[in-house]
Amino acid sequence: MGQRTPLYDLHLALGAKMVDFGGWDMPLHYGSQVEEHHQVRRDCGVFDVSHMTVIDIAGPQAKAWLQRLLANDVDRLQDTGRALYSAMLNERGGIVDDMIVYRVEDGYRLVFNASTRDQDLAWMQAQLAGYDVQLHERSELAMLAIQGPHARHKIAELVAQSRGQLIQQLKPFEGRADGDWFIARTGYTGEDGLEIVLPAHEAPSFFNDLVGAGISPIGLGARDTLRLEAGMNLYGQDIHQDVSPLASNMAWSIAWEPASRQFIGRSVLEAELAKGVQHKLVGLVLEERGVLRAHQVVRIADVGEGEITSGSFSPTLSKSIALARVPMATADRAEVEIRGKWYPVRVVKPTFVRHGKTLI
Amino acid sequence: MSNIPVELRFAESHEWARKEGDLIVVGISDHAQEALGDVVFVELPEIGKVFAAGDTAGVVESVKAASDIYSPVAGEVVEVNEGLSGEPEALNNEPYESWIFKVKPSNADADLAKLLDAAGYAAAIGE
Repeated sequence: MGQRTPLYDLHLALGAKMVDFGGWDMPLHYGSQVEEHHQVRRDCGVFDVSHMTVIDIAGPQAKAWLQRLLANDVDRLQDTGRALYSAMLNERGGIVDDMIVYRVEDGYRLVFNASTRDQDLAWMQAQLAGYDVQLHERSELAMLAIQGPHARHKIAELVAQSRGQLIQQLKPFEGRADGDWFIARTGYTGEDGLEIVLPAHEAPSFFNDLVGAGISPIGLGARDTLRLEAGMNLYGQDIHQDVSPLASNMAWSIAWEPASRQFIGRSVLEAELAKGVQHKLVGLVLEERGVLRAHQVVRIADVGEGEITSGSFSPTLSKSIALARVPMATADRAEVEIRGKWYPVRVVKPTFVRHGKTLI
Repeated sequence: MSNIPVELRFAESHEWARKEGDLIVVGISDHAQEALGDVVFVELPEIGKVFAAGDTAGVVESVKAASDIYSPVAGEVVEVNEGLSGEPEALNNEPYESWIFKVKPSNADADLAKLLDAAGYAAAIGE
């Protein structure tokens, strides 16, 4: 038996097909993964993401410590409420994890992957020496993501007026405490929406209210196809300990200035840049029938070979799409081997769909 | 509990087989489509292809995964359900109406006898 979120019984009652995900018993879908996907793109849906790890960082040197720990610079978070996406690198410049960092009243809140919890905490604790910083894991909290073009509007109508006002006023990538709730305008779907961290004992009734108001519960299956269409990396698949953020479509999240900020992995990335980055993460689109899958081989004429890191069927595009790591010289055409046959694919920027619109 | 029609025979690999005149009609079970999730692509066998019982005959791809389909009987493929190209989700919606291919069997009675009946299949999938 895996770990269970506070919503486990509700998932069963809603007919979820449960699967193991990083040691957690989580809903894969509640009937049709494809329908759930469309629901989020067209209207909105609610995801239980309570398995994700929430760590609060406090202490007088919290900022200095995070400036060393993370490839992005928390100095960019000038005001409470601001948030940023960052990689946490190892000494080899590989990605230990990716996360969102929120600036909160008395420090920072980090939200990262469930499957990497143990390695992340071990890594963070190993970096604490010499810093007056406290890590506080908030496993007593639940987390819901409500995503889709109508998500904020619908939620604002279901909560107290002041909370509804806060929700309407939040800017993208802004997160604010409201009593013992923390409400952020972030997500992993490429749509507008919220991620709400709240006390575990309040989560079932809130989730019930949302479902009762006609907001569909959405499983991890649709979460994966939504993030893939949005071109967002999945840790353990597209990125891991042995790949560089420069080869992962994450260069934008590395803060090089100020040059004096010695974040972990910096010197390795600088050497990589000086030598020339060898690989890039691109999007692939299969125009023929079939489904691209992780680990299929990508062949680029006169350039070399690459590999699909995530692949699936895109419900929005009605064709298969993938993320693939390929040689830097790859242009706009490639081929993928599916069961012994080579299929032509288009190479595109890895953002296929954003805010309901097709970008390829 | 999934739907398991009593008039069909089943392979442990979740194909169903139905006798139709001289032919054997093949599809996948309700349990199989449920486990696969939303089907988005079906790779059909080629007409004229000759299979031994248990040979790989095609592939059903769902959003989640690709899954081989095996021919439950030996024989030659004489017809394939082209309608599944445009409407692969029919395998989810009506798994026992949505046949995949038809075989002219070379050893029908013996091959069918080796397959599970409805009760045997129910036991095999733990229902």
